[in-house]
Amino acid sequence: MTAEQSQRVMRLLEGLAAGERGAISEALNLVDDRRSEEREAALRLLDGLAQRADTPGSSPHVHHRVGITGAPGAGKSSLLNALVENLHSEAASIGIIAVDPSSQRSGGALLGDRMRLSGGARESGVFLRSMAARDRLGGLADATHASAAVLSSVFDWVFIETVGVGQSECEVADLVDTLVFVAQPGAGDTLQFMKAGILELPDIFVVNKADIGPVAERTRSELQATLGLTGPGDGENWQAPVLLASAQDRQGIDALIESIAAHWDHRLARGQLAERRARGQVAFAIESLARRYGDYGLAQLGGPQAIARRLEAPREGSIFGAVLEIGQQIEAEIRGA
Amino acid sequence: MPQSPNLEQPDRPWLIRTYSGHSSAEASNALYRSNLAAGQTGLSVAFDLPTQTGYDSDHPLARGEVGKVGVPICHIDDMTTLFDQIPLDRMNTSMTINATAAWLLALYVAAAERQGVAQDKLQGTTQNDIIKEYLSRGTYVFPPEASIRTTSDIVAYTVEAIPKWNPINICSYHLQEAGATPVQEIAFAMANAVAVLDAVRDRDDVPEETIGRVFGRISFFLNAGIRFVEETCKCRAMTALWAELGRERYGIDDERMLRFRYGVQVNSLGLSEAQPENNIVRIALEALGVTLSRDARTRSLQLPAWNEALGLPRPWDQQLSLRTQQILAYETDLLEYPDLFDGSHVVEARTAALLDDARTEMHKILEMGGAVSAIENAYMKQALVESHTRRIRAIERGEQTVVGVNRFEETADSPLTADGDASILKVDDSAERDQVERLLGFRGRRNTAEAEAALKGIEDALKNGDNIVPASIRAAHAGVTTGEWSDTLRRLFGEYRAPTGVAAARTVAAGDDNEALRARTEELSEALGRRPKILVGKPGLDGHSNGAEQIAVKARDVGLEVVYDGIRLTPEEIVQSARDEGVHVIGLSILSGSHSILVRDVLQRLEKEGLGNLPVIVGGIIPDDDAAELLAAGVKRIYTPKDFDLTRIMGDIVDIVGEAAR
Ligand code: B12
Ligand SMILES: Nc1nc2c(ncn2[C@@H]2O[C@H](COP(=O)(O)OP(=O)(O)OP(=O)(O)O)[C@@H](O)[C@H]2O)c(=O)[nH]1
Ligand SMILES: [Mg+2]
Repeated sequence: MTAEQSQRVMRLLEGLAAGERGAISEALNLVDDRRSEEREAALRLLDGLAQRADTPGSSPHVHHRVGITGAPGAGKSSLLNALVENLHSEAASIGIIAVDPSSQRSGGALLGDRMRLSGGARESGVFLRSMAARDRLGGLADATHASAAVLSSVFDWVFIETVGVGQSECEVADLVDTLVFVAQPGAGDTLQFMKAGILELPDIFVVNKADIGPVAERTRSELQATLGLTGPGDGENWQAPVLLASAQDRQGIDALIESIAAHWDHRLARGQLAERRARGQVAFAIESLARRYGDYGLAQLGGPQAIARRLEAPREGSIFGAVLEIGQQIEAEIRGA
Repeated sequence: MPQSPNLEQPDRPWLIRTYSGHSSAEASNALYRSNLAAGQTGLSVAFDLPTQTGYDSDHPLARGEVGKVGVPICHIDDMTTLFDQIPLDRMNTSMTINATAAWLLALYVAAAERQGVAQDKLQGTTQNDIIKEYLSRGTYVFPPEASIRTTSDIVAYTVEAIPKWNPINICSYHLQEAGATPVQEIAFAMANAVAVLDAVRDRDDVPEETIGRVFGRISFFLNAGIRFVEETCKCRAMTALWAELGRERYGIDDERMLRFRYGVQVNSLGLSEAQPENNIVRIALEALGVTLSRDARTRSLQLPAWNEALGLPRPWDQQLSLRTQQILAYETDLLEYPDLFDGSHVVEARTAALLDDARTEMHKILEMGGAVSAIENAYMKQALVESHTRRIRAIERGEQTVVGVNRFEETADSPLTADGDASILKVDDSAERDQVERLLGFRGRRNTAEAEAALKGIEDALKNGDNIVPASIRAAHAGVTTGEWSDTLRRLFGEYRAPTGVAAARTVAAGDDNEALRARTEELSEALGRRPKILVGKPGLDGHSNGAEQIAVKARDVGLEVVYDGIRLTPEEIVQSARDEGVHVIGLSILSGSHSILVRDVLQRLEKEGLGNLPVIVGGIIPDDDAAELLAAGVKRIYTPKDFDLTRIMGDIVDIVGEAAR
């Protein structure tokens, strides 16, 4: 990394510490940058942020990451809007990452058109970055993980809306503290949910569009019954609730917020937050190394399993520093070979 | 006079109007009186954008827009001035007003009462069609359900109290201006009418037997494009479908009630900036399309002016359009004949085909829950964006000829445009200052307690589910202002942002012109380290979204990442979004004439945010003089309607981003 880049990283770290929006934006651009030199700077920045970060619950800052997932058109964006409206009136600090699909043919993407934040929410400083999924199919973009890290260094609440694909849940589950699944009434053959194998992951289910009538209520009871069969959410007694809401009529929004907060408290009380984040980070690290160096690159250090074990072992410094270091080793091996 | 071979009674001429209004109530009043003196037989009021979107002239969002594209009406004194010396019992006034229609109707009634004219003597039209505002016109304020309620309030009120009033003009006009095909124009308009009629029918205060009369009061506002034979068939198809709906859905059998009544403004979307004099011919031919068939002849006609794509028309330009109508109505033998197409297999076949397709499409919408659902789920909007993409692509590739634009482009110097920007009307900036001053004076003079009580009356009516019109008329007399009335509704109904329809728009795959550009975008992505990202922004109250939508879709199709959040954002919101989203370039689209103020505002805010290097490009109706100033102020490039080649524009954008990165 050049001296100039070190300075830039320092400057961004300071800017982020001060919550400067220009710095947030620039940091997000940096972690999205694929050029080698920039990538190193990005990892240094993330490493710096991680060093500085409070462990969850250690400070009045919350830094709660919430994933919003669910079928296309279920109302993820609308619900998120409603959540943000209610939260911002309580002066919470909020950052949002919204991932949209890219056109397979052109690689381009049309973003926006979904976060219809009211003037009030925008004015009060809600930060919104939309991202294109590019060639990823899992509902997130390459830079989502790193971007979430940037945003949660600044904001109390970080929301991540995934592309509305069928099976985005696994990826986003690795990334967030609380995963909210938005279900579409009726579309609901719960069977489909089961088949998709997604019932284990979400921490909260919410059947949206309650305003359209009894079908929403029915979907809810079906979902509840099915969940009863598969057992409680994450094995440690958090029973994933099934809520009913209407983004359109602003019904059930506060209950959803309460539930999200309760889930956080639950995890916090059991010391599960750090562990879950760590797990997600390893997955992210392996993936980002694989994307950059491929199977061949990973094989230089014994393959993904070996690298994962190494990343899971206690270490000094952050995962981002470790990724940087491993990357350098892979490069050295390849060069040596 | 030559002897007419026609045995029948000649038809009466349609109402001849010109859509106009600007600067102030006083200036517009003078214009109306001179138009009437010139033989115009009805009035058609254009309001400015703040009035249409429910802001007083001194609201921050009104800055730069007051009196620009229409007349500002803030209160009863403005309305009284607008119709000074125009006896309202003898006038037929059409008001293009929608989200705030109940309020402007109330002001009109109050102004009439001050002239000593009772409301049941009034004749005219409130456009009052909110559905097409979400789809095309853009001056909506409240969410669909709430708007349908005020819409149906007006219908239920006038059908009893102002029996000769047309409470609503269901508009397919604006759909064609947003790219609709004839089938879409028919189907969407009919689905729209059903939404309104159902809402009125389901009201407790509308007795069942009234629905026939309600049906009979509903009128339409159609477009007429250059394919004028097909347009004739379209009008005939609508006539048939409307009667069919009345019979089948609403059980009406009185033929008089089933008659399809419509007014027309001919197409403006196809009027060109290049060789603008050609528009004179286009306009005349389009007028033929809706007057030829006697059985489906328009009841009133408005023609745009030859300089439509350059800017606002001057009185002389409007006079030429007026004369065009008069020649058609009074000089030709058109009105002397019965329907020219009676027995024409050709016209019947085309009409039947349109009718079939439109009926199918209409039922599709009704099945998805009707027009309101098809607004909320963006079905109709997306369909319009897609149709418009096809239209633009056909012009770009020369498959659809536009004389002077993509064919026969060579031209001698035109004397009509020799004076540059003098060939359009420019509204003086002092109009806004004066209007604000008058407004402040009015607020100072009025009885505040009375105005507040009247506002409370509106709030109560809303909460109790009472009709909002009577309370609004009381408020008009009590000196309530347009902004106050609207704010009361905003508080209770909330505000709405309609779907833009671009995100899911499927664009035609066949023969891709974008390949070469995509390769360049890929290269640029490599150099930038990430994909180039553009923000397409629509600052101000301007609702012209076509250009922004088409630019956004095209940018996506050449491989850019595009942020587009729809119409009516403030410069502050746009700059904030550009920064948060980390875009490489900002493209602003402004057609309402307020570009100078808004673009400068964006540039200044960018500078303040430390984003002074972010390239800004601008598109829309930007007269040459203003363009020069904006370029000098730092805008990188300016595009106007003559730059119809979107592929070339995209090439420029890739260059601009590339240069800025260097
Ligand atoms: C279609 C149209 C409408 C439609 C709009 C539908 C829609 N959703 O967009 C309807 C019927 C709703 C409409 C309504 C009104 N209209 Co109108 N309308 C037009 C018209 C005929 C064409 C505009 C258009 O869509 N062209 C097609 C698109 C693709 O072209 P474009 O936007 O110009 O974009 C091209 C370039 O300019 C450029 N570009 C544009 N934006 C951008 C952005 C970027 C980033 C880039 C790179 C390039 C770029 O690239 C495009 C490709 O060629 C023009 C006159 C004309 N012929 O130009 C009047 C016109 C713009 N309207 C006008 C007026 C006054 C109105 C009203 C305000 C009237 C009133 N008083 O109520 C209303 C209200 C609208 C509102 N809410 O703001 C005036 C504006 C006068 C002025 N500037 O001084 C015009 C000029 C007509 C006139 N001469 O009076 N209108
Ligand atoms: N009736 C009703 N409609 C809703 C509600 N919430 C959202 N919608 C509608 O559902 C559609 C999809 O809403 P979005 O919020 O864009 O859904 P999404 O899940 O974010 O969609 P994608 O991001 O495209 O997958 C829109 O037409 C909304 O108007 C609700 O509570 N009730
Ligand atoms: Mg969404």
